[in-house]
Amino acid sequence: MNMFLETFFQDLLNALQWGSFYALIALGYTMVYGVLLLINFAHGDIFMVGAYVGFFIASFLLGRNGSFPPGLPPAVVFCLTVTLTMVITSGVGIAIERIAYRPLRRKGASRLYLVITALMCGLILENGNLALLGASRRSFPELLSNTAYNIGGVTFTNVKVLVVLTTVLVFVVLETIVRKTRIGMAMRAISYDRMAVPLMGIPLDTVIVFTFVMGSSMAALAGVLFAIAYPVLDPYMGALVGWKAFIAAVLGGIGEIRGAIAGGFLLGFVEIFVAAFFPSTLRDLIAFSILLAFLSMRPTGIFGVARATKI
Amino acid sequence: MTSNPVGFSHVALLEIKNVTHFFGGLRALCRLNLTLQGGELTGLIGPNGAGKTTVFNLVSGFYRPSEGRISFLGRDIKGLRPHQVTALGIARTFQSIRLWNSLSVFENLCVSQHHLLGYGFLRAVLRTSRFHASERRVKKTAEELMDLLELTGWAKELPKNLPYGLQRRVEIGRALSLKPRLLLLDEPAAGMNPGEVDRIIETIRWVRHRFKLTVLLIEHHMRVVMNVCEDIKVLDLGETIAEGRPDEIRQDPRVIQAYLGEEEPDHARGN
Amino acid sequence: MRKYAPILSYATLCTLIVAASQLGVLNGYVQLVIMYVGINIILSTSLNVVNGYMGEFSVGHAGFMAVGAYVASILNVMLFTESSTFGPPLLSPSSAIYLFPVTLIAGGTAAALAGLLVAVPSFKTRGDYLAIITLAVNYIVKSSVENIQPIGGARGFMGMRNVIDSMGKVLNLPWPMIWVFICVGLSVWIIHRLVNSTWGKGIVALRDDEIAAEIMSINTHRMKITAFMLSSGLAGIAGGLFAHVLGYINPGTFTIMKSTEALVMVYLGGMGSLSGSVISAIVFTLALEAFRPLGIIKWVVVPLLLILLMLFRPEGIMGQRELGDIFKRKVTGQGLGVGGDKRRPVTPNP
Repeated sequence: MNMFLETFFQDLLNALQWGSFYALIALGYTMVYGVLLLINFAHGDIFMVGAYVGFFIASFLLGRNGSFPPGLPPAVVFCLTVTLTMVITSGVGIAIERIAYRPLRRKGASRLYLVITALMCGLILENGNLALLGASRRSFPELLSNTAYNIGGVTFTNVKVLVVLTTVLVFVVLETIVRKTRIGMAMRAISYDRMAVPLMGIPLDTVIVFTFVMGSSMAALAGVLFAIAYPVLDPYMGALVGWKAFIAAVLGGIGEIRGAIAGGFLLGFVEIFVAAFFPSTLRDLIAFSILLAFLSMRPTGIFGVARATKI
Repeated sequence: MTSNPVGFSHVALLEIKNVTHFFGGLRALCRLNLTLQGGELTGLIGPNGAGKTTVFNLVSGFYRPSEGRISFLGRDIKGLRPHQVTALGIARTFQSIRLWNSLSVFENLCVSQHHLLGYGFLRAVLRTSRFHASERRVKKTAEELMDLLELTGWAKELPKNLPYGLQRRVEIGRALSLKPRLLLLDEPAAGMNPGEVDRIIETIRWVRHRFKLTVLLIEHHMRVVMNVCEDIKVLDLGETIAEGRPDEIRQDPRVIQAYLGEEEPDHARGN
Repeated sequence: MRKYAPILSYATLCTLIVAASQLGVLNGYVQLVIMYVGINIILSTSLNVVNGYMGEFSVGHAGFMAVGAYVASILNVMLFTESSTFGPPLLSPSSAIYLFPVTLIAGGTAAALAGLLVAVPSFKTRGDYLAIITLAVNYIVKSSVENIQPIGGARGFMGMRNVIDSMGKVLNLPWPMIWVFICVGLSVWIIHRLVNSTWGKGIVALRDDEIAAEIMSINTHRMKITAFMLSSGLAGIAGGLFAHVLGYINPGTFTIMKSTEALVMVYLGGMGSLSGSVISAIVFTLALEAFRPLGIIKWVVVPLLLILLMLFRPEGIMGQRELGDIFKRKVTGQGLGVGGDKRRPVTPNP
């Protein structure tokens, strides 16, 4: 019985960590969807870009490439890496918005065209990476020494704890922004009525750019943390994780920040606990089937609000 | 175009009995009772939010009444899907125009006869004689309707390119193509200028006579209501506050009070 | 006579190409590309039924392709060839030439039934939520196949080459190509007939206003089931053909990437334009082949071109028109499709 409890809590911790990645990425999907009603299919690849940017920055700071003097304390390197990665990756996100999405929005193009464009941007990021950097996988340098603590038979690593705590912190910060600040209110207003917001004197583009900054930063953060936890990088890493994070966002109710967090953790739980009982090849299959069943029963997700149509 | 003569049987055409309907916590209708005999032309009026369109949506089968019973020709329509209710003989127009904008006017009038087609996927592909006979029949009906409603000149146009008044006529034509016995008109005069309003009054009267229909009409244009309806039912906040003939209703103090605070609902109103 | 012109010209063209292949005028590579074009035509026109005419957003088309590919392949290998998985053939190999359509249709039917997995949820959900469901179904199919070891799992399944060979032994003709041409012709013919019938136009009505369609006597559930099953069934047939053209399939082929290709073809051609889907399938397949020397850069250039397309001509090649409309003297609003053009508003006298 004790053994069972130990494994259970171990799985719980793993699920929390695994779910955190989904949650962080799902945030970007959900915020952009809330504001633009667009499924930003390039978002998973933003996560990948974050991991790679982090790789280059960390390698540089640690003195692997270039002549930057090594010897900075690891905590500083870590914080610098994370911050710079978030900034640069936000830049990538904003660039995509500016170059690809905004012109279509200006033209009043149907949402469908935006989605296709997003898909294409994702493909460009993935294959551009492959073309530029080659197919060999990169190994993320060790930024944090991996220390493990053993409490009651359950192994906590500092990385796992960090990931989960970061996600919780992000959630609190974002919820505060969205509910308490003006720009957050503008984001929520846009999701209800895009036309009215500029009429109220709020610059639409500013809010949209802000949303992309937030979303891309979270994905970048997830990318760096993921690379620290699982140090092998490859150009398609964003594709699968991205799709799953999108599903997590929908599970939680797309457009809702609480939904992204809840959906992310839910998907993480489902995957880890399914993997605990079933062979790993069946993991994805069962996870997707559960998702299908859940959505059939509750199509708007956990926190989603059904928009009733007036006849 | 033939249509079944109505009003022969002793069974009421439409019977709404003690219907109460909730949307979540909001009570839209309270113990509504309405009976329509064949051939009648009844108006349903009341301030905004009175529940009038909800009545239509319940009768169309789009919602199931929270309480009460709705029957058409003696048959309870609870549980029927809207297209099945339509197949029984009830057709309607909508408050906002809901024409199919990728299809031409002519196609709109054809496609609405869907349940009268009598063929399905297989025959559509194989183009059997039954398919051809159905298509001929359906197209003929559509052509006749366009002729009767003076829409022939716009047969190939997309509805969204037509002026509002014409679109409304197409909507009515679409409802008529189903050869219904009961026609529900939801604010047919909405958004029309005085000339168009006159036209609509004419059309409603004429259509009802020509196709021997029973009509239930929601309207805010009092001129239309007073000139067209034989019987009027007034709703306010889901409850029936008056019913009777137009001249009675016009003077009923409860009705006047319910409309107090609203603009004079006549040609001055745009919508 | 004019009515049969398109069919006759198509038949003539196909005969010429088959003859050219048989005589060796067209080499193996060209033949392969032509067959890919045909398969892509089926994929794009079938997806157009759901994504264009019905206005949904199905992103899992490859899943249905996979179902058809595997069912047809397994049946054929089991029935007509000697294989390590299934042992000796259950029927004479020479009967493959007659029964190939049967197994192909069996694959298509299985795929059509899989289409129900998406059709039924579509009753209650639309738009983005339905997209997720189609995504999930695609993934579930791929994952399931990967886990079924007897048919090769993730390693793939082969043996279809023997099926084709045994057809060739009976009558020496380029059979895969012939079957592809026949299926392309049938697919386009079926879809054309469906969407030009009043019954089929109900699908467009559904897209334009589902509530009005429901209340105007259209049985929306039946229409959705028909559209989804037709779409996935044809995708299944495309999958079966694909399997036999290649001789080998594995689940990794039928991922979101493949579904994306089908999506691109539909939007490139113009949603709701049948001729558009045909043209874009041809253009897209040829473009992919033309860019092949670029290697991986191909997958940067092609998406880039598509983004440019979205920016400058989002309605695709044909928009909402059909080829037939262009050759009419006056372009009227008769074609089915998205009414997104900037037409001069008509002001008739009321």
